[in-house]
Amino acid sequence: MKVLVPVKRVIDYNVKVRVKADQSGVDLANVKMSMNPFDEIAVEEAVRLKEAGTATEVIAISMGPEQSQETLRTALAMGADRAIHVVHDGELEPLMVAKMLAKIVSEETPDLVVLGKQAIDDDANQTGQLLAGLLGWGQGTFISKLKIEGGAISVTREVDGGLEKVGLKLPAILTVDLRLNEPRYASLPNIMKARKKEIAKKTPADLGVDTTPRLKTLKVAEPPKRQGGKKVGSIAELVDKLHNEAGVI
Amino acid sequence: MGTVCSRRDIDFLLHEVLDVTSLVGRERYAMHDRVAFDAAIDLAFRLAEERLQPHASLADADEPHVVDGRVVQIAETGAALEALREAGFFAATVDEEQGGMQLPFVIGQACAAFFKGANVSTTGYLLLTRAAANLLEAHGTPDQKQRYMLAMNAGRFFGTMCLSEPDVGSSLADIRTRAMPRGDGTYAIRGNKMWISGGEHELSETIVHLVLAKLPDAPPGARGISLFIVPRHRLDGDGNPGEDNNVVLAGLNHKMGYRGITNCLLNFGESGETIGELVGEPHRGLAYMFHMMNEARIGVGLGATMLGYGGYLASLAYARERRQGRPLDGRDPHAPPIAIVEHPDVRRMLLQQKAYVEGGLALGLWCGLLVDEQKTAPEASARDHARRLLDILTPIAKAWPSEFCLEANKLAIQVLGGAGYTRDFRVERLYRDNRLNPIHEGTNGIQALDLLGRKAVMEEGACFDALGAEITAMTGQARDAGLDKEAQAVECAWDATSAAREATVQRMAQQGLAAALANATTFLHGFGHVVVTALWLRQAVVASRALPSASDGDADFYHGKVQAMRYMVRHELHLARAWLQATLTGDATVLETAAEWL
Repeated sequence: MKVLVPVKRVIDYNVKVRVKADQSGVDLANVKMSMNPFDEIAVEEAVRLKEAGTATEVIAISMGPEQSQETLRTALAMGADRAIHVVHDGELEPLMVAKMLAKIVSEETPDLVVLGKQAIDDDANQTGQLLAGLLGWGQGTFISKLKIEGGAISVTREVDGGLEKVGLKLPAILTVDLRLNEPRYASLPNIMKARKKEIAKKTPADLGVDTTPRLKTLKVAEPPKRQGGKKVGSIAELVDKLHNEAGVI
Repeated sequence: MGTVCSRRDIDFLLHEVLDVTSLVGRERYAMHDRVAFDAAIDLAFRLAEERLQPHASLADADEPHVVDGRVVQIAETGAALEALREAGFFAATVDEEQGGMQLPFVIGQACAAFFKGANVSTTGYLLLTRAAANLLEAHGTPDQKQRYMLAMNAGRFFGTMCLSEPDVGSSLADIRTRAMPRGDGTYAIRGNKMWISGGEHELSETIVHLVLAKLPDAPPGARGISLFIVPRHRLDGDGNPGEDNNVVLAGLNHKMGYRGITNCLLNFGESGETIGELVGEPHRGLAYMFHMMNEARIGVGLGATMLGYGGYLASLAYARERRQGRPLDGRDPHAPPIAIVEHPDVRRMLLQQKAYVEGGLALGLWCGLLVDEQKTAPEASARDHARRLLDILTPIAKAWPSEFCLEANKLAIQVLGGAGYTRDFRVERLYRDNRLNPIHEGTNGIQALDLLGRKAVMEEGACFDALGAEITAMTGQARDAGLDKEAQAVECAWDATSAAREATVQRMAQQGLAAALANATTFLHGFGHVVVTALWLRQAVVASRALPSASDGDADFYHGKVQAMRYMVRHELHLARAWLQATLTGDATVLETAAEWL
């Protein structure tokens, strides 16, 4: 069984994000970038499937600038067998990514695509679902448990009301949640070995996908500063303030 | 940012200031690239934050103790070392053919810096093992390497250095441990060793002690000391630990800080025969030990820097959150209190810490790169230049951070006020942990004698002059970058350093060593301040060149670099000149003080 794992290079989760003065985006100059943490969990799960003998090959894919190679090297050091880098400078919207992934799926014919449920930079939470729609495959999203037996998959999903168990048939799309596993550290020997693994380069044009933006960012701003709370003397005063000041009741 | 170190600062120093990636042009490092270096540092950063930092306070509160003759310590220490072992850090800089990753020394130092900052005690087990393995790599026989060193590279056996004895510390010539030939090429070791870090524990399959002892025919003094491998267990034919070798734990020392690593009094050969193997030639043991000393001392200095760095970051975070008081120029009692970082005196304490800890890091990583230069520079002259620089810099690489980054720890406590004096915040532990560093691996007093009495005057001042050339280059670049005033201040301070050295050379010839070296420690302080300030100029040059095109967030980082340089030049450099003055004039206040007057 072949597994594809798309991984995204994002601002490191430790970095305090700053909005650019002109509000055109966030400041990324000399900022530490890393693999999206949810994607790390996806890579870990794919590598575990391989170690368990369920998967035969794990292929990591990233789309983005030259430096996305570093993210792919991380995936390779964690245990992916080879990688595909779709080189593109500038914004990529979830639909474009899903379309390019669909094209790669048609070339690589994997049985499973495992993605992070969302990326911590834009929190879009769309790519996995869009890809499932484009391919017409079943999808198990926000999974915290995975079991594969024969051609059948059973997953536990983390949903608002609790946990939901879903059965899927292969091929399928999985998007992973935080509690699925604890990603391993890529050891120094594996970091060194990763340099020798193949990273194939492609462009959006190779995949026949138009990367003209469909979305326009009007402005990016810091969330409003939290205001201090107020103490009220009575229930009546509370109701009055909620009605007249906050306007919520 | 992290709690241990600013990753941005490490990247700035490694790449923008030291350009470490150029090392991949050397044959030894040709298998690496920047991505591999960054990945190694990422890994170290995560292990530091996730595996080492979380149990640092716990190991301090629940220190190792002895139950039925065995050391008991918290499970997290062993688990963290296992994580370091699995990640390959027992052999990060070791040759590939010996099971290592052959990373440059400077990258290994940067990784170790995170570990030390996060948890200096647990990291101690790793670094002592590395030091012992490096010593065998340099001086062991192929058989000794096979049996002991490879197992240490794999993290199966841990190592120690057994130098001091209950009555002998700084003066190793007087050790009393004896080694008697057993007739089969091995030796019976008998004696007591004191202050042995990692001397006993249950964390590894066995412990490989490297022990200084005297042979029966040893000439007196330092030239009569030999080095022995003394394993806790004798190895069987397969190289696995077998029967007990009678190395007995006589007691654990109860330390002020650094509590997570055992510190032991060990008895050799008292409860039965302790068998050891000679390393290298007889009577050359001290020379072998000192062969490794440069790197070990750079490592201690970097550890001191990182403990200071942790305190800086903790007090900075606190000062940004903690609200107290109003601005001096707007004392409206109805206005909400301001973050204490807004108070100028709190900013002074933070800026002083920044100048010390980031300055110490620049010094430690530069020395790390010089070790690589010494080993791998293509030109013999470049290797020799690096060796000379290391000779002169090693005393301050060890002593300057252990003096001034400890001072930074003091300031971190002060920023937190009463809270900093409680055990609820880690700044007090960092201070206690760091208080060891002026003492071990050659006290700072010994470093001062080494600097002024040997390194500054040896080879007719060639090491000193090699550093002078580097400082002139740094001030030259600072002038090119428009930092004329600051460059001039450093040049004047270096001239004062040179003059103090000249005066010492003359005084040595005319008045003897005691008179010439009576003020060696203040010389070391002054010398260290001048070198660190020059390194600040070097950082500020890079920062001021990057500023015009820097984004907002990055501009803050670079402004911070330039400002800390100004702080060193304007608030600290005059101290250097005052400290150097005692050596320049041959002030005899200390020398003439009779012991009875004290």
